[in-house]
Amino acid sequence: MSEAAVDDLVTGVLDGEHRALARTITTIENQEPGYRDLVSALHAHTGGAEVVGVTGSPGAGKSTLVDKLAKRYRDDGLTVGVIAVDPSSPYTGGAVLGDRIRMASNVGDMDVFFRSMSARGQLGGLSTATGDAITALDAFGKDRIVVETVGAGQNEVDVVRTADTVVVLVQPGSGDDVQMLKAGILEIGDVFVVNKADMDGAATTVSDLREMLHLREGSTTGAAGHHGLGPMADGDGDDDDDEAWDPRIVETVATDGEGVDHLIGVLDDHYAHLRETDELARRERTRYAEKIRQLLRADAAALLEDELARHGGIDALVDEVQARESDPYTVADRVLDPIADCVEGRRE
Amino acid sequence: MSTGQEQRTIRCLVAKVGLDGHDRGAHVIARAFRDAGFEVIYSGLHRAPEEIVQAAVQEDVDVLGISILSGAHNTLVPTVIEGLKEYGAFEDTLVIVGGIVPDEDRADLKAAGVAEIFGPGTPMAETIDFVREHVSR
Repeated sequence: MSEAAVDDLVTGVLDGEHRALARTITTIENQEPGYRDLVSALHAHTGGAEVVGVTGSPGAGKSTLVDKLAKRYRDDGLTVGVIAVDPSSPYTGGAVLGDRIRMASNVGDMDVFFRSMSARGQLGGLSTATGDAITALDAFGKDRIVVETVGAGQNEVDVVRTADTVVVLVQPGSGDDVQMLKAGILEIGDVFVVNKADMDGAATTVSDLREMLHLREGSTTGAAGHHGLGPMADGDGDDDDDEAWDPRIVETVATDGEGVDHLIGVLDDHYAHLRETDELARRERTRYAEKIRQLLRADAAALLEDELARHGGIDALVDEVQARESDPYTVADRVLDPIADCVEGRRE
Repeated sequence: MSTGQEQRTIRCLVAKVGLDGHDRGAHVIARAFRDAGFEVIYSGLHRAPEEIVQAAVQEDVDVLGISILSGAHNTLVPTVIEGLKEYGAFEDTLVIVGGIVPDEDRADLKAAGVAEIFGPGTPMAETIDFVREHVSR
């Protein structure tokens, strides 16, 4: 992509052209040449959007809830961007992205910009792409951005961590959901939504959740040294009790919109809380720190791949190691040393 | 970076438009496209032309496959194409139609901007090859 084309896209996005926004996200997803300049140029125009991450097991009602959320935001005169992430096949790379089917409440309303993304099997790349897509939507001027993903692994957890507020959806009466919560999703939620609250077992699920969340609080305030909050502990865990956000539980029936108003109220509460406690800025800093590290890792890895190729590729090196002519450490040093020398030289 | 990290994936929207509840064909083609390594967005049933346009523009798809078995293709397909043009999305979207289209309507649809029409019995590989060959970008 030429410099002029990048400029055109940036101008288009800032002018509110839907086509330019769509093309920008494609460029980001494909990592087309020039996508970095594109995202860099957009960064200065961000900071206006509140980002909500929604996660939960398949069939919990995420897409339906997101649709209703978007509708409510629109009723309040806010513009909305939605990024829905679905898994892709590890074999063919293909995917069926079905979240759009549920977006029935915002028919023909271009001010709800809905974009489906697939995981594309990129190692750690998914969160980079979604993060950059959020940048594009933010620069475009969306007031609210919702990121929706199946909460099925580290990749997804990374994705929702790009959000200011993380909503975890749970459906009643399924022991598997509790298992999922135990596996780590519990720690990342700011708001827990028990969807399909008209189903049998909803009350049990609510009380189960309440119990587990109570335990989670206990683990951070107690001196047991058990860091239940994991990577998010930076802000939350070290604060005073008054400052810490107590995760809330909201019951909804997304199909008929019940409880959505309440949920919006809680989301607003959480955002206000983030603002008051400066947690918002702290989370942003954590996010940018992580992003910078991630880019550095990826770029350094790419640099090393080039260097590897120059040494005859990984196979040649493996041959040496396998034949016991060399060892992995020596080989790694041999590839890396020239680069390290270069860096050393430049520094002086 | 010159390391060829670029990941090019063909994106398709498989769309059902208008009052037409027959989506078996759309499902089959969506699965075939997926297995061919495409990213497929399925619109769901009974979509209005504006919805299809909205989805095609926002998702920035390379291919728009419209499945119609209701006989309303002469009205609906041109409406969708006009919508795409309005957003400047027609030039780089490959529009194909699948379903029941009488021979005498084909020329008109193609004149309106449809790249190809695939009737019943078309081998899946033929459609996939056509898409691979004709996707712009």
